[in-house]
Amino acid sequence: MKMDAEQDMKDSVRPRHAVFTRLWHGVNAVVLTILLMSGLMIFNAHPRLYWGAYGSREDTAWLEINDTRTTGFLQIGSARMETTGVLGLSLGGDERVRRVAFPGWATIPTDYSLAAARRWHFAFGWIFAVGLSLFMLVSLFNGHVRRDLHIPRAEWRFAAFWQDVKNHARLRFGGNHARTYNILQKFSYVGVIFVLLPLMIFSGIAMSPAMNAAWPWLLDIFAGRQSARSIHFLCSFMLVAFVVVHVLMVLLSGPVSGVRSMITGRLTSGKLNHRKGQKK
Amino acid sequence: MNENATFRSALRAAESLNYATQRSLMDRAALAPEFSASDISPVFKTNGSVTGNSANYLQHVADNFANWKLRIDGMVANPLDIGLDVLKAMPARSQITRHDCVEGWSAIASWRGTPLRLLLQQAQLSPRAKYIVFHCADSYGALPYYESIDLVDAFHPQTILAWGMNDTMLPVKYGAPVRLRVERQLGYKHAKYVMRIEATDDLTKVYGGKGGYWEDVGDYEWYAGI
Repeated sequence: MKMDAEQDMKDSVRPRHAVFTRLWHGVNAVVLTILLMSGLMIFNAHPRLYWGAYGSREDTAWLEINDTRTTGFLQIGSARMETTGVLGLSLGGDERVRRVAFPGWATIPTDYSLAAARRWHFAFGWIFAVGLSLFMLVSLFNGHVRRDLHIPRAEWRFAAFWQDVKNHARLRFGGNHARTYNILQKFSYVGVIFVLLPLMIFSGIAMSPAMNAAWPWLLDIFAGRQSARSIHFLCSFMLVAFVVVHVLMVLLSGPVSGVRSMITGRLTSGKLNHRKGQKK
Repeated sequence: MNENATFRSALRAAESLNYATQRSLMDRAALAPEFSASDISPVFKTNGSVTGNSANYLQHVADNFANWKLRIDGMVANPLDIGLDVLKAMPARSQITRHDCVEGWSAIASWRGTPLRLLLQQAQLSPRAKYIVFHCADSYGALPYYESIDLVDAFHPQTILAWGMNDTMLPVKYGAPVRLRVERQLGYKHAKYVMRIEATDDLTKVYGGKGGYWEDVGDYEWYAGI
């Protein structure tokens, strides 16, 4: 109890999430959804992926989403899975059959338009890239990286890591009053913020023919434009997986205080009201 | 929201931002990556029109382009009509480059052709000209294909009027007798079946006014560097 009181004191000095962190989180939730949905529409224009510098209908794709006019399918390597109704062949809002890789409910815009999807994707791509850069800078200076995301040497132990895995398996996350992120949480946040999100941006830039001329080294890093396109696609689905797990964890570890802390910065409503001397 | 005109024009601002960023921050003379002969695509996908379709063009195909002449006019002091043999006798550049379709696929081929800047210099391009327009012999329905680029790309060393592809004469399905190669932009800028080159300072006067067939008809970006 005494500990709680001390934490309350600290809490009143520093919110659970800094205002910039919360702002970035909110903007990202919207921007990444738009980037994903417009990206799926862009993929629909050529629903095949390749490795290397070149790749077209004349070459072998490692992934393809297509249709046989009566069934939709997803093919990875030589393994083919029927996906009629969702991938390759689906029903539009007007109950008419649409022969598109990703269905209308998952794309921006709903009906096929590569030109419109590109405009959405590039406009929101700017917001995303500028936002991520600002977040990295601010987090470096406001202590978010050092205090919350940095994994101290003491935590770099397999035993601690394994203990955290077991805790997660038992759905024990330190409760909704957890003051610090646990190791798995830190690993996933650091991985997403400093690896996955920059990979999304740079694999995207590596698809621009003008940028290929300006930064040829970027193309070498990704081993060719079609590889960059594949990596862009794979990373986007890793991000989707992260968001699914992230939301699941919030739901399992106390959704009300979790969501509240990301909106108001505070973990509990009581303290906030007390401090402001509003009610009770 | 996609149907909202204000919102669409806001999205369109990003195109100007991309164009301005790439033109101001990038080395304007930076070369597109060039590849080795072993990187060439086994089969180069044909796309868009696979032949010109005017009666005039079909006659040229029948004559093996013996009487074909490339017209260069508009804001130039010295309009030109250049036959294929004369064009081929000019200094040529060879390059093995990647062709990127806006749809997402890529194919690599070797191209040989006349640098566009040599033709513009010979035609004495007006200092007031801002854009180079390419008028083509292919059409979708009633509208002829056309494209345009700015002078940065027009004078870029890799911007050529290609008459050769993979060590043969440029085949009809790839744009014979000449097609544009503008290597730092997407495929739809690489006009095939080029019949006439026009220098202008105002794209709004040309056809639909947005600088190209797909720009006019499909709302694609005029600047296709991304």
